[in-house]
Parts: sequence; C-alpha cells; structure tokens
Amino acid sequence: MGRFSRRAVLSLPPTFGVAAGARAQTPAQAVLTQAQSDESFADAERAILAGRLPVAGGVVLDLPPLSENGNSVDLTVTAESPMTGEDHVTTIHILSEKNPFPRVATFHLTPRSGRAEVSTRVRLATSQTLVALAETSRGAVHRVSKDVIVILGACVETG
Amino acid sequence: MRTVPITARITMPASARKGEVVPVRVLVRHAMERAANAPGVAPTPRRILHTFRVTYGEEEVFRMDLSPGITANPYVEFTTVAAESGTLVFEWHEDGGAIYRREAPLVVT
Repeated sequence: MGRFSRRAVLSLPPTFGVAAGARAQTPAQAVLTQAQSDESFADAERAILAGRLPVAGGVVLDLPPLSENGNSVDLTVTAESPMTGEDHVTTIHILSEKNPFPRVATFHLTPRSGRAEVSTRVRLATSQTLVALAETSRGAVHRVSKDVIVILGACVETG
Repeated sequence: MRTVPITARITMPASARKGEVVPVRVLVRHAMERAANAPGVAPTPRRILHTFRVTYGEEEVFRMDLSPGITANPYVEFTTVAAESGTLVFEWHEDGGAIYRREAPLVVT
C-alpha cells in the first residue's frame, strides 16, 4: 500500500477495486481447463472392488483434517497385516472423490515389503472425502474413508 | 527406450541385519505436468512419472502407479525386508517412454 493508509484506500470509489480485480484475471486463466478422467470416483471404486464387499477398518489413512494448501498434502496409509507369503497386502489404492482423476495412487506390495505402510504427497482439488482400499492376498478388501478440508485447492477451474 | 540418471534423494540405511525391515524414502525432482487446455492456446500435454518401480536382487519389491494427483517432486516412503547384500534399483517411467534409473547399495549382515 505504501503511503496510502487503509482508511484512505477504503474511501476510494468502489470502481478502483473492481478494475484491479478484472486486470488480474487474464483471458487465458479464465477459461483454462484441466484434463479430466473418464472414470468417476464411484466407477473407480467399483472396478477395484470387482463385486467384493469391503471390510471397514484394518487400514488407517493418516492425513491432516485441514490443509491450507491442496498442492502438497502428506498422507500415510497403514494396513494391519502379517505380510507373510500366504497373508499379505498386495495393493493399496488411494481414491479421491473430487479430484479430476479419482485414482490418485496405487501401491503394489509383496511379502518382501515387511510392513504394509506407505507415504506420499498428493494434490487435492478441494475439500472432499479420500478413500484408501487395501487388497490382501486372501481376496479381502479393507476400506477407510476420511473427510478433509482444503482451503486453497490445487486445481484451476475444471469442466 | 533410453535410460538416464535423474536428480533424486534416496534416504535409507547403508547396512541392515538380515530380516530387518528397512525404511526407504525417495524424493525425485520432476515437474509432474498435468494436461491443461485453453481455447486459442496450444494444449499442454501430460508429462508425469506414471510408474515408480523398485527391484532388489533382480526381484520387484515395490511398485507405485502415479497420477496427475501426485505432487510435483514426488515423495514416497515404503519398506523392504533386508534379504541379502545387493543393490536396490529405482526406476521411474515417464510419459513419452523415458526411463530414469538410480541405484543404492544395501549391505546385509
């Protein structure tokens, strides 16, 4: 603001602020669209489950309930498993309800993983529900969902 | 197919006891560009690392499928059981067919 006091700026005609706001948005930014997945969140989850009923629990999705910035959100998925040859977690999926691409990440594990625990950083478009699915070698699927609040999303306008 | 080194920080112990679960943390430098489109402007194609694969003693021990929903400079943390002294080979597959590779030795006592 420099030499203008807050009171002086507030007393300016309202057109000043409107003009500044209009300038900040270039035409390219206003109509920029991002590529979007053909598969919806529900379709992705149905495809992974493939007719199996998910078991609630047995897997923990750990991420902050509130993120200031959706560009980088740290998350950890931990599944309870002995990780032996006959009983281990084979796949961990992270699904997002409102991102342009519902399948955020998929991790493939083996008994040589030792623990069913993975961490990564994701982009979140907006406040939404995240789902983690853990598939085991015995054919079970463990499911957990978590609601997260994102103040500033990672995406420009979609659609 | 070309294989090129990539800027990455791989954090793991240099040695471990046999059977010990070893944590591996990998941070790689990559823009993870999402596809975007605007009328009148050339569309930006997607250019991300879509697969991250780790082999240990010629056997695959970890694989991750990445999407545009993974941050730029992807970070991943996983574990592996120390089996025998050998090399962990980290491979990133990028859109367009480029494969980036890094290696890290692990001494098992």
